[in-house]
Amino acid sequence: MENAALARPAKQNRSKFIIGGVLILAAIVYLIVSSTQANAQYFSTIAEIQQKNPASLKRELRISGAVLGDSIQYDAQNLTLTFTVVDIPADNKEIEAQGGLAAVLHAAVEDPTRARLQVVYHGVRPDLLKNEAQAIMTGKMGEDGIFYANELLLKCPTKYEEAVPEQSGG
Amino acid sequence: MIANFGFGALLITFVVALYGIFAAVYGVRKNSLAWVESARASMLLTFPLLTLVALAIIALLVAGEYSVQFVYNVTSSSMPLYLRVTALWGGQSGSLVFWSWLMAAFASAVTLRKWERDREFLPWVIVVALVTLVFFLALILFFENPFGRFWQGANGQELVSVFRPAGATAITPSDGRGLNPLLRHPGMIIHPPMLYLGFVSFVIPYAFAIAALITGRSDDRWIRVTRRWTLVAWLFLSLGLVLGSRWAYDVLGWGGYWGWDPVEIAAFMPWLSGTAFLHSVMIQEKRGLFKRWNMILIIMTYSLVIFGTFLTRSGVLSSVHAFAQSAIGPMFFGFIGLTFITSLWLLLHRWNDLKAEGQLNSLLSRESLFLFNNLLFMGILIVCFWGVIFPIVSELFTGQRVTVGPPFYERATGPLFAGLLFLMGIAPLSAWGHSTYKSLGRALWKPFIFSLLVLAGVIALGVRAPFALLAFWLVAFTASITIYEYARGIAARSRRAGENIFVATWRLSGRYRRRYGGYIIHLGVILMALGIIGIEMFQDETQGMIPKNGSLTVGDYTVTYKSLAEWDTPDGRNVARAVLDVSKNGKYLGELYPRRDFYYESQQPMTIPGVRSTMEDDLYIILVDWQQFSDQAATFKVYHNPLVNWLWIGALVFIVGTMVAAWPDKDPEAEREKVPARARQREPAKA
Repeated sequence: MENAALARPAKQNRSKFIIGGVLILAAIVYLIVSSTQANAQYFSTIAEIQQKNPASLKRELRISGAVLGDSIQYDAQNLTLTFTVVDIPADNKEIEAQGGLAAVLHAAVEDPTRARLQVVYHGVRPDLLKNEAQAIMTGKMGEDGIFYANELLLKCPTKYEEAVPEQSGG
Repeated sequence: MIANFGFGALLITFVVALYGIFAAVYGVRKNSLAWVESARASMLLTFPLLTLVALAIIALLVAGEYSVQFVYNVTSSSMPLYLRVTALWGGQSGSLVFWSWLMAAFASAVTLRKWERDREFLPWVIVVALVTLVFFLALILFFENPFGRFWQGANGQELVSVFRPAGATAITPSDGRGLNPLLRHPGMIIHPPMLYLGFVSFVIPYAFAIAALITGRSDDRWIRVTRRWTLVAWLFLSLGLVLGSRWAYDVLGWGGYWGWDPVEIAAFMPWLSGTAFLHSVMIQEKRGLFKRWNMILIIMTYSLVIFGTFLTRSGVLSSVHAFAQSAIGPMFFGFIGLTFITSLWLLLHRWNDLKAEGQLNSLLSRESLFLFNNLLFMGILIVCFWGVIFPIVSELFTGQRVTVGPPFYERATGPLFAGLLFLMGIAPLSAWGHSTYKSLGRALWKPFIFSLLVLAGVIALGVRAPFALLAFWLVAFTASITIYEYARGIAARSRRAGENIFVATWRLSGRYRRRYGGYIIHLGVILMALGIIGIEMFQDETQGMIPKNGSLTVGDYTVTYKSLAEWDTPDGRNVARAVLDVSKNGKYLGELYPRRDFYYESQQPMTIPGVRSTMEDDLYIILVDWQQFSDQAATFKVYHNPLVNWLWIGALVFIVGTMVAAWPDKDPEAEREKVPARARQREPAKA
């Protein structure tokens, strides 16, 4: 440096930096921790929900299931969408082991013994909502045993190489 | 025929690249210039070779050679020529070829620069660039071969292979599967190349950094050499992100531009570390500080670039962008781990050589404000990274998979972005070394008063939400400081040189490109912030079924449903298109046509919003539902997005600013720039 004195900061300067840095770090940690707690969504399968007491499922859930095509009802007047989803495995490896997503969705819809769940969603009916589509929903269980979704994403195994984009709603 | 040719060229490229790595290392060991030159020639050669490979694939795509699996997967006879060409990056293996081709273009361009002053870097730059290229070529050759063809095996089973398996006969499907209609959009056609260009061009500064570590050259030469590369990389990455947002806004039909999707975040993370890097290298150039930190940043950026490619291409995360699952995931993971650990090991090896040449003196100095800027960028990066890996982490520790959605990111990054915006205003005013509160205050009081006036105006307009007011004040404050600084520079020059303000603006910006390009970039960011505040805090939406000639109101707008028509198009779509009248405060403004295209071939609908866009706000209407064979009523979702246009305008300003900062200069002024800055007088003192 052009000035030797500049290169050696006074002690109180260093502590200022440490305090400033620690404050910023603390703010970042606080933001992450509090935002995580406020916005956590718990992955669950439909079978798990059916086994547990619905009253205990107060928290925000994220579930995925196969859409049962015949159950889809849309009230365009009130934009209320109701449909039934069927339990599918949550684990990717398990899905692959059972022959891929398309096969898993097909098997789930064909199997009347699987756990099923009725879903209610308010909003635009997504383009991709159809039989054997995979619905990924975020929301809460109601006292009545119906799942009230506030977010609905859909995936269809299509003939395209890439996965079809999810559609966001809510 | 063409497929065999392309495959051959691919194989040769792979061998040439491997040879280049070997020749470079051997040349260093034997201290032989001839070997290093040979390595350089082979790196140069990878570009024309990969051009042949890419052309071979394009030829197959255009010719509709459906016996080739890749062609079958991404094209169909009904697609127009430009989509057949761009289908190159419409599928997994093609996009890997495309990535490698761009990578080779940059690597070849690097070999052509003048190396006299940094001879010792050359072999190691070659090694790093070619190792990266070899990794991608190996993926293409051994896992995702675009030249694989369909065969019927002797036992009747279907096979995919480049060459005829024994006893097999060729199968040629009559037509391909075609490209996903959602991807047939101009934004989607140029978005991936821009993103890829951003990704690959960050490899070059990384290669120089590693070369500096290996050769033990601890000065800032590697930063000066790659400054422009970094800016170009950053420009393309920014362009890619903006185009992706625009595509989402235009095509996905949910009224938004950014969904905190894991793949969006994957492209955003290298941008964050790259932006931090761009800022903190200035401190190393001016003051010789942060040497280790800059190394860490560029290593991190490189790893995040590969990680981003990995996330988009491996299918580990389900997202808007993910391709089908494939075997290349673990390969990517291994490669990232290996390069990251090697880089860190090299850095630790040179840790003591990279001592800072000075120390931070004052909290108010430019360098410490830049340090805080870096901390905030890292904070946002950590938030993003945490959000992406949280499901995996939570499953590991609690057995319960827990995820976080967009509200998490918005809440956690909002204050950090606000902090960055504030620093963006005051940092350029602070002096190197240290500034006093007094001098800062002198430079700040006029913009501060002005920002308070703006705040009063916003309150007068009826805004009451405290966070919105804070956000508007920040934008006004930072904008007025930036404009004021720019204007002061222009005025001073205009007085001194007797030039009119336009000439003065032009010459000033041309002379101190980095500083004034930076100001323009900052202005762009401020405008983008304005757009984001508008849509995030003031978006209004309503939805409902409207009978014919009935209306829906959102904000000051009234939309009236007039009619709906359905028809089939020659290219295999069914189009349902509604006509709505739009009026604002009773004044008729025009018609909007939200529509829904249904692709018969793929049985897939696509929603195209009707948008009326002005500087003030966007009216964005989606056709949700209607009764078949009747146009008596239809259901719409209507969004009112205030100020969102400033997001796109800001992006344009931002890009212009980056180009100003990155523009190559030939004048002697530029030569002076290359002399280590610390040895010369500082820039004209500011404030």
